[in-house]
Amino acid sequence: MNLSRKWLKEFVDIQASDREYAEIMTIAGQKVETTARLDEEIKNVKVGKVLSIVRHENSDHMWVCQIDVGEAEPVQIVTGAQNVHQGDLVPAALHNSYLAGGVHITKGKLRGEVSNGMLCSIQELGLTHNDFPDACEDGIWILNDEDAHVGQDINEVIGNDDAVVEFEITNNRPDCYSLIGLARETAAAFNVPLKLHEPVVKGGGPGELTELLDVETPDPDLCLRYTARMVRNVKIGPSPKWMRQRLRAAGIRPINNIVDITNYVMVEYGQPMHAFDYRYVGGGKIIVRRAGTDKTLTTLDGNVRNLSPDMLVIADETRPVGLAGIMGGENSEIVSDTVDVVFESANFDGTSIRKTALALGMRTEASGKFEKNIDPMLTLPAVNRACELVELLGAGEVLDGVIDILNYIPAPVVLPLEPDRINALLGTDISEADMVEYLRREQISVEDGKIIVPTWRPDLRRMADVAEEVARFYGYNEIPTTLMRGATTRGGYSPSQKLENQAGAAARAMGYSEIITYSFVSPAGMDLIRAPKDDPRRNQIKLLNPLGEDSSVMRTTGIPSMLDILSRNYAYHNKSARLYELAKIYLPVAGEALPREPKLLMLGSYGPEEDFYSLKGAVEGILSQLNVLPFSFEAVTDNPSFHPGRCAALTVGGKRIGLLGQIHPLAARNYGMDCEVFCAELDFTELLTVLAPEKTFRALPRFPATSRDLAVVCAESVTVGALEACITGAAGKLLQEIKLFDVYRGVGILPGMKSAAFSLTFRAEDRTLTDADIEPAMNKILAALERDLNAVRR
Amino acid sequence: MKEQLEQIKSRAFAALEAARDSAELESLRVSLLGKKGELTAVLKMMGKLSAEERPVMGQLANSVRAAIEERLEVRKTELAALALDAKLAAETLDVTVPGKKPELGHRHPMYIALDEAKEIFIGMGFQILEGPEVELADYNFTKLNTEEGHPARDWSDTFYIKEDNSVLLRTQTSPMQIRAMEAIKNPPIRILAPGRVFRKDEVDATHSPMFHQIEGLVIDKGITMADLKGTLETLVKSLYGEDSVVRFRPHHFPFTEPSCEVDVQCFKCKGAGCPTCKGEGWIELLGAGMVHPKVLEGCGIDPNVYSGFAFGIGLERMAMRRFQISDLRLIFENDVRFLRQF
Repeated sequence: MNLSRKWLKEFVDIQASDREYAEIMTIAGQKVETTARLDEEIKNVKVGKVLSIVRHENSDHMWVCQIDVGEAEPVQIVTGAQNVHQGDLVPAALHNSYLAGGVHITKGKLRGEVSNGMLCSIQELGLTHNDFPDACEDGIWILNDEDAHVGQDINEVIGNDDAVVEFEITNNRPDCYSLIGLARETAAAFNVPLKLHEPVVKGGGPGELTELLDVETPDPDLCLRYTARMVRNVKIGPSPKWMRQRLRAAGIRPINNIVDITNYVMVEYGQPMHAFDYRYVGGGKIIVRRAGTDKTLTTLDGNVRNLSPDMLVIADETRPVGLAGIMGGENSEIVSDTVDVVFESANFDGTSIRKTALALGMRTEASGKFEKNIDPMLTLPAVNRACELVELLGAGEVLDGVIDILNYIPAPVVLPLEPDRINALLGTDISEADMVEYLRREQISVEDGKIIVPTWRPDLRRMADVAEEVARFYGYNEIPTTLMRGATTRGGYSPSQKLENQAGAAARAMGYSEIITYSFVSPAGMDLIRAPKDDPRRNQIKLLNPLGEDSSVMRTTGIPSMLDILSRNYAYHNKSARLYELAKIYLPVAGEALPREPKLLMLGSYGPEEDFYSLKGAVEGILSQLNVLPFSFEAVTDNPSFHPGRCAALTVGGKRIGLLGQIHPLAARNYGMDCEVFCAELDFTELLTVLAPEKTFRALPRFPATSRDLAVVCAESVTVGALEACITGAAGKLLQEIKLFDVYRGVGILPGMKSAAFSLTFRAEDRTLTDADIEPAMNKILAALERDLNAVRR
Repeated sequence: MKEQLEQIKSRAFAALEAARDSAELESLRVSLLGKKGELTAVLKMMGKLSAEERPVMGQLANSVRAAIEERLEVRKTELAALALDAKLAAETLDVTVPGKKPELGHRHPMYIALDEAKEIFIGMGFQILEGPEVELADYNFTKLNTEEGHPARDWSDTFYIKEDNSVLLRTQTSPMQIRAMEAIKNPPIRILAPGRVFRKDEVDATHSPMFHQIEGLVIDKGITMADLKGTLETLVKSLYGEDSVVRFRPHHFPFTEPSCEVDVQCFKCKGAGCPTCKGEGWIELLGAGMVHPKVLEGCGIDPNVYSGFAFGIGLERMAMRRFQISDLRLIFENDVRFLRQF
């Protein structure tokens, strides 16, 4: 809502600077977003009088003028306009002046003649013909009839000596979408009197209103109140300068006196109004009804609107003539030869108006006000104010009488004033008298401890609402600051949150940086990672109204998100990246409204240091940090997202927890990456179910360990995992640790074979081991390796 | 013989003085004092001396030997010290050569800011809660006193999953208020619920269709607006320093009454007005208020017995301010050159 400070003066008398005004209003609850001085754009343009005007010697269309701008000497300005005469008052942009759009004017020479500035048209001053209908369309703006004097700043003539304050009005205060509403707030905030004006209509126009006009409201649920008056023999023309200036400050383009009056009243009262040309109200009948079978209406902006049956229209006997509360119809618009006018001042159901405006994509000033559910009591004073202005402007003859249909029963709201409860809620000690005074400042009266809630305050319905009013004028910043008393509570992280923190810390310790990716993704991601057509992960929750296809489904896997980010870094020529994310996926559950939202731990990497084993090592590091049950990896050869020879499934405590490996080169290429890319996807929620018992201390060994190296030759197909399992199984309880330290292929080893070398550590709790202890164990190991895996000592 | 001994002594001292390292000293020791050494050779001739001369010469010989031995030890220590100095000098490193450090990963700056906030509230006895991101409209709106027809429910603002508008992507963390009250049932309740929220905004420097909020909720007997102010002031001063200035101003949220927004005085201009605060002198931090009695009633908590407050903080904005990040898109772009800065 934009407020002209000049216009505001009609209602409240305050002297605050723009900054002070914004500060005080904001603190009192009406937040000022910006304050715009209207005279900031046009600078150093003055009213000048043309003392003389002679032909330019070297031009057949230019004129050299001597202009009196109130300085000691006249100023010479060259103009190419043909409508300037000696004695005229004109806007003179002097040397170093600024015009609309930031145009900078300096002195110069035009065909040899010095020009110390420029004479201006209305366009150059940021105005249109609507703002100053008498101004010349294609020449210099002649100010002779504009009540201007020599030397005057042009901003004063335009009416730019004003500031427009933009308020952020909250939803609960529809009354503040009006000048009077904000004037009321201003009066309360500054604790000064509010000057309100009761419209007085003389009336007496020819004819009987009830004979000329009949109004029906067959859909009372959507039309709470309909008020109308009539004006006859109107003289359509421009409205006076003061009205045009105020409308312009409010951001509304002046059109003609009748339309301007409806807009003026809308700004002043917050009550949208509409003026119909009576000629086109067929049968003198206005019917406020649902569109029903009527399919289209051409609104006065010239657009054909498709109506749906539930939309509320204003119709005459045969056809719709306006979209209720949004825009009038082209067929009943006020035009230059309009003779009789119907003023409509109605109250429509906010939700219905909002839905219609949204469906038709046409939010207007009026619909914006109706959808906030404005006070139905406004319709009558507003229509009277409009008629009063008609009479003031001499724009027509107002008929006596008002049509006023009320489709609701006004129920006065009375609340008890409960000072103790209010103080208990606020933590204050404000006296009842002070509370009454704060409410009085807001034009809310209290009688015998009862608050009479004004009709324009639908937000005041219970004690807490009243407490807010009291707090606003007592001052939010005057309320003390205390710390909570009462039972103490135990704060902190849940066990699973602690584990998340640990997992993240472990990932970072291994060089992985945290990322945040969107929960919604493109469904095409499943194709990019080469998921089969029947992959259950393609069952994704769809957004009905996504921003775009790229963010239209809720993800069921983290791999596309991770690849997106890796590929972006790759495209940015970052040499390497190690990334992790702990975030949710969204899995639909049959028969449930809400999906399951398990958490994933994603790791992803590329770069010269990266290979399958660096990723696996990171996964192992995180698992050991989290202290999970024993885990194992097994080759996965058939996952189309992964390299068939470099992918493993992770099993922890017997549960399948995740997948890791090198992304299939074709999938990587789908993301524009032609390097090796690695990715791990672990079900973190499931991981929390396979935690090992809490760690406890084990005594440190008292006897030294003995180690033996063992190199065996076996077929390529025998995995290191199988060798280790065999060794561990055969060694007995003295074997404490087994560590692979080399895998060798080449000279000395037959093709298709490999040599694997392990370091074995033996230890006993109760003695230092001797060869006699270890030899039998080694023999058992060698026997088992040969028997089970055909692996022999090298 | 006496001259011989004196000569040995003076030659020995000169040789010891000339020795350059411990190996030379050792060979000198052998040649002077060893079994085949000069001094031994002289002593072997003692037998030829007279009985009177013998003790005198013996004494002299012993004193020469002791003097050489003593000198030898001194030189040993001196040369060892020199040798160590030389070794250390040879081992000198260029300390400006970069250290060998393991490449550590980095916490995302948004979560650094979140962790700071969590710590502050955990210190005040808050429990950290999480909840669904695909949410029922009932929790996201209805139970938060945001009735049908409220503009926030529009399809232009909220992402919907079900045609009947019953399921959506939560637009705020406030449904966690309802979930907390339903789960905990009996106050006191003190929870902090950070998480993802979604609104239908196109991506630009200050908007993202997905962002994060931190919801806070306190319910107990006798909770006042003064307590709300005290709690939030604690937050602001912990985050931005003891000397930061906080301002509360009235606002409106459907699920709190009275409601407020909290501003902190601009750090740059100290309230005078500058580009950082868009000339206002204040920077908006968060929204808050006393839990609306209708919301309490809806969760089966009697507003005549209990009261409470709630607040919601925009995490991105907090993190951007904390690290002076100028563009929201950087947060979700995840460029490693960005991530490695934190």
